Amino acid sequence: MPEDYGPIVILAVVAVGLSAIAIAAPALFGPKRPTETKLAPYESGKLPIGPARRRFSVQYYLYATLFLLFDVAFLLLFPWAVVFRDLAPKMTGLLIAGIFALTLVAGLVYVWKRGGLEWE
Amino acid sequence: MEISIAPLNLLAIAPQIVVSVTALVVLLVGLFLPEEHRGRIAWPSLAGVLIAAGLLYYLWDRNDLTLSAMLRTDGYSLFLNLIILIAAALAILFSVDYAGRVRLPRTEYYSLLLLSTTGMMLMTAAVNLITLFLALEMLSIALYVLVGLNRAEQRSGEAAIKYLVLGAFSSGFLLYGMALVYGQVGSMALDDVRVHLLSTGSQSPVLLWLGLGLMLIGFGFKVALVPFHMWTPDVYQGAPTSVTAFMSAGTKVAGFAALGRVTLVAFSGLQNVWIWVLAVLAALTMTIGNLAALRQTNLKRMLAYSSIAHAGYVLVGLTAANRTGLDAVFFYLFIYAFMNTGAFAVLIAAHRLGSSPVAGENLDDLAGLAEHRPWLAAAMALLMFSLTGVPPLAGFLGKLYLFSAAVEAGLIWLAILGVLNSVVSAYYYLRVVVTMYMRDKKGAEVVPAPLCPALQLGIAVAAIATVFWGLWPASILNLVTITTRSFFGG
Amino acid sequence: MLNYVWLIPLLPLLGVLVNVALGRWLSRRIVAFLACLAVVASFLVALLVFFEMLGLPTETEAGGNGRERIIPIFSWIVAGNFQVEARILLDQLSILMALVVTGVSAIIHVYSAEYMKEEAYYARYFIWLNLFVFMMLVLVLGDSFLTMYVGWEGVGLCSYLLIGYWFEKESAAQAGKKAFIVNRVGDFGFALGIMLIFATLGSLSFEDVFPAAKSLLPGTATAIALLLFLGATGKSAQIPLYVWLPDAMEGPTPVSALIHAATMVTAGVYMVARCHAIFEASPLASSVVAWIGAITALYAATIALVQKDLKRVLAYSTISQLGLMFTGVGVGAYAAGMFHLTTHAFFKALLFLCAGSVMHALAGELDIFKMGGLRHKMPYTFATFLVGVFAISGIPFFAGFFSKEEILFSEFVYGNPVLWLLGEITAGLTAFYAFRLLFVVFYGKSRIAKKLEAHIHESPSLMLAPMILLAILAFIGGYIGLPPVWGLGNAIDRFLHPVFADVPLAQEATGRATLEWFIMAASLLAAGLGFLAAYWLYVRKWGMAERMSESAPGLYRLVYDKYRIDELYNTVIVKPLQSLGTALSSTVEKRGIDGAVHGLAWLTDRAGEGVRRLQTGLVRNYALLMFVGIVLLVAYLIIRRVVGF
Repeated sequence: MPEDYGPIVILAVVAVGLSAIAIAAPALFGPKRPTETKLAPYESGKLPIGPARRRFSVQYYLYATLFLLFDVAFLLLFPWAVVFRDLAPKMTGLLIAGIFALTLVAGLVYVWKRGGLEWE
Repeated sequence: MEISIAPLNLLAIAPQIVVSVTALVVLLVGLFLPEEHRGRIAWPSLAGVLIAAGLLYYLWDRNDLTLSAMLRTDGYSLFLNLIILIAAALAILFSVDYAGRVRLPRTEYYSLLLLSTTGMMLMTAAVNLITLFLALEMLSIALYVLVGLNRAEQRSGEAAIKYLVLGAFSSGFLLYGMALVYGQVGSMALDDVRVHLLSTGSQSPVLLWLGLGLMLIGFGFKVALVPFHMWTPDVYQGAPTSVTAFMSAGTKVAGFAALGRVTLVAFSGLQNVWIWVLAVLAALTMTIGNLAALRQTNLKRMLAYSSIAHAGYVLVGLTAANRTGLDAVFFYLFIYAFMNTGAFAVLIAAHRLGSSPVAGENLDDLAGLAEHRPWLAAAMALLMFSLTGVPPLAGFLGKLYLFSAAVEAGLIWLAILGVLNSVVSAYYYLRVVVTMYMRDKKGAEVVPAPLCPALQLGIAVAAIATVFWGLWPASILNLVTITTRSFFGG
Repeated sequence: MLNYVWLIPLLPLLGVLVNVALGRWLSRRIVAFLACLAVVASFLVALLVFFEMLGLPTETEAGGNGRERIIPIFSWIVAGNFQVEARILLDQLSILMALVVTGVSAIIHVYSAEYMKEEAYYARYFIWLNLFVFMMLVLVLGDSFLTMYVGWEGVGLCSYLLIGYWFEKESAAQAGKKAFIVNRVGDFGFALGIMLIFATLGSLSFEDVFPAAKSLLPGTATAIALLLFLGATGKSAQIPLYVWLPDAMEGPTPVSALIHAATMVTAGVYMVARCHAIFEASPLASSVVAWIGAITALYAATIALVQKDLKRVLAYSTISQLGLMFTGVGVGAYAAGMFHLTTHAFFKALLFLCAGSVMHALAGELDIFKMGGLRHKMPYTFATFLVGVFAISGIPFFAGFFSKEEILFSEFVYGNPVLWLLGEITAGLTAFYAFRLLFVVFYGKSRIAKKLEAHIHESPSLMLAPMILLAILAFIGGYIGLPPVWGLGNAIDRFLHPVFADVPLAQEATGRATLEWFIMAASLLAAGLGFLAAYWLYVRKWGMAERMSESAPGLYRLVYDKYRIDELYNTVIVKPLQSLGTALSSTVEKRGIDGAVHGLAWLTDRAGEGVRRLQTGLVRNYALLMFVGIVLLVAYLIIRRVVGF
């Protein structure tokens, strides 16, 4: 059934093609009049200070990871909440989500207690 | 519209639940214990493992599909879970003293050990590509961290990164293979794959073949088949020794469980295809593993290569693809769990007896061990003889069964290669024995350090197991044959 | 109780395990107590099993042996179609052996507790002794050749260990080695015989092999039987492999009594009796057994005549008596052989224990000509020794009389008058050397060194009690097998009959009363002559024996030096083998084999080095190699699918 993969191939071609066009077209056709201000990195309107390649505190990563973890995990509760009304044995549904949430809470307790949420 | 949830048959996966709950409890309890008492959480961890093992006994003759047919609790998974739990229990015993001494964060250590165990136990029961992958990731991620847990050692961190990067690499291929299989079959269940192949057989589309091949790579990486083995020596050497002991046995069991379900069940219709792939991989794995082990003077590295070689031997049994072969695989994994974890435990003991952070890792560290630690040396000698396959120890019978299964399946060349490899392996195993018994301790004075009783117990169990099941293999083989009979639906 | 028969071997094994684990920390008294307890309990279980067996009908409805049971213990080896179950074969023969083994062992264990009291390695002694009992029980209770072989090797190991118990002594270590090596020759034959059985009949279990033995080709049957018998000549010290037994006397005396007189050395006789179906299938092999036995009996008896070492006389006497048993089983009188095995166990163990008692009193002195006149100083030892001497000499109403009588009768009736004549001569010589011992050790003037005189004492009661018990058995033990002419019937023959039911000769010979009386008279005459000669030479005319030996010095030396067979073996076998070994090791091995091995090892080593270099430690290289593997695998699959080979 390789033909079943046809749509995927088309999607891939379209995606790659569109972005290629989006990058290539301005480079080919756009006018180029560089000034210092234009070439400066965009930093939300502020003037950039110091080099961009410097070391970040590892705490950023920790925070980012924790955010990602809990954020993505709880995202899973949305579809559950949407169909909760239709779940057949509701208690079972509640139990499953409860176990899931409890596990996450255990993780949160762990992070909290280990000081993962403190900013030094 | 009503979305009905299938009844949860939680009893069928009670062992896995017990182990994972223990992991969480241990994690939380450890938080509230002062540092100096954290070593004690080894005991609740061990208790969890033993309770789970007791539940295995309770569940013994079940054959249940559970969690929407994602997991199957049958003799196959129960027996392999027994091996995994044995490895976990031994690893916990070995860690009691060691984990504190090398300053591993023990709360996380035991918790991750148990989580990894859970992953392995789920993997043996997984009959669906999704659960298979999730279980694999569960055991792997926990292991990545465990490997790098010794933060005082640079090698430990390096090993973790290497394992993570290459593991992710292989997981990618595994997932890609699963995607291809799903694309062809339209289902994630291994049984559906089997049914699909029953109708198409070797006329099945090439993408399904590729899916199989990529999945074999993913699992081959986990059990360290050549050429997907390159991570093994570095990781085994860098990881804390107790972790190495555990992963060398547990991961292999889980990996072979998955390989067995995928090849013997899902892809039984393509048997004549994968047999040759596995045969070549087995031949390569045995040979390369043994040859590389020959020149090692670092014992952890040597045992790492030896574990590669043993993966090759086990694969011979799987390649035979008959009941005798599966019997042999099960029996071998069972005794291998004792032999290999035991050997690493002796290194832990030797570490205790030395003074440097890498004490006990070099061959020279064992010189003269027979003189001042006769029992330890005797246990190590037994384990080495058993790994070599010297009768009447269990390792001999294990190899005998594996190779006779290969002969029965007509793979005589593979059996001969296996025997030749055993001969080669004698060189490096016996070198350890020679070093212990015939060379004198040089330099540093012998420290008469007491060994932790838990460690001694673990080593004794491992050494006695090699003798006991060498003399009386039938006690375990009877279990194995019952298991495999139900697996092959006889 | 029959289902608990596994307790019989298990209990001594428990004794071993407990003493191995705890022996180091326990007091000597407790070690000995545990070891004795294990064996006594085992004996009691055997006794209970025996009594229950007596309650069973002798025949099944199908006409088989109603008292035979096969009791599974566990399945031992499962390898494809090759399955070995560890099972116990319980029948009249095995329970008789179990009773003899555990009974005599129990008695000797108790004796040892006192006798070995002063020795270092006390716990070790009892561990090995218990282990021996276990192995012996495995040998006699096993239901297949494989279990029998395990026991066979196991008792050999224990024998070796116990002979060399005083391993600091060069001669003891050498004797242990000699026993082991000589037995190896026999075991080699035994193992070959077992392999031949498996090759021809495809099974090793007794219940398969024996019924099929009739169908064996005569040549095969003979080959198997002779190979098995070669094993027996090693274990039971028959020509040509008897040379180790006299040296085995280096071990502690209770060991000599138990292993090298009463039980282990009789394993060969038991084996032949157990395998009677095979030996019956080969008349040639059977007559070889009978003749070797008869010649060994006579030959060893002549050596015993002149030895001066108390235990050596007994050792040669054991060889001689074992020869008699083999003659019995060789002519087909299996029950008679087993009967003599039983009574011999009693009186020979007794004689050894008495010898131990004498040694105990005389600080280890073994030269009988440095003893004398002990009957007043050691009255109990004397009395029990006297019973033993009566029993072995075949004095009527003592145990040996009945069993020897039955064998001699069978030799005459089923065998050959020449065999019988050899037997009678042996009996005469036996009486002579037995009474010689008695007279020289216990009668006459004391020739004991002065400083030892004061030391002489009767042994403590813990040693005397076992001796007295054995003396009682040696006295009354024969009544289990009364000759037919006495009209009361032979209990042991009747008991064993179902086991040997298929042997044509086992039908009791009746109506031969005259012949029986004649043979009895002849043996009495032989025993009487032996007694008189001993009395004449060693009591009435003390010193005459010495003068006689001086008148024929060459002959005397030859016999005294045991016909110099040891020297012969040394020159003909040991020395050439050693020089061959030297030659092989210096040329063939160094040049040829070592070279080849080293070459191979070098190659392997190089390959190992090559593989090791692949391991660079760099993740990208690892990933690359993985990728190469993946590409090859995928390429293989695609090509195979698309091209379709």
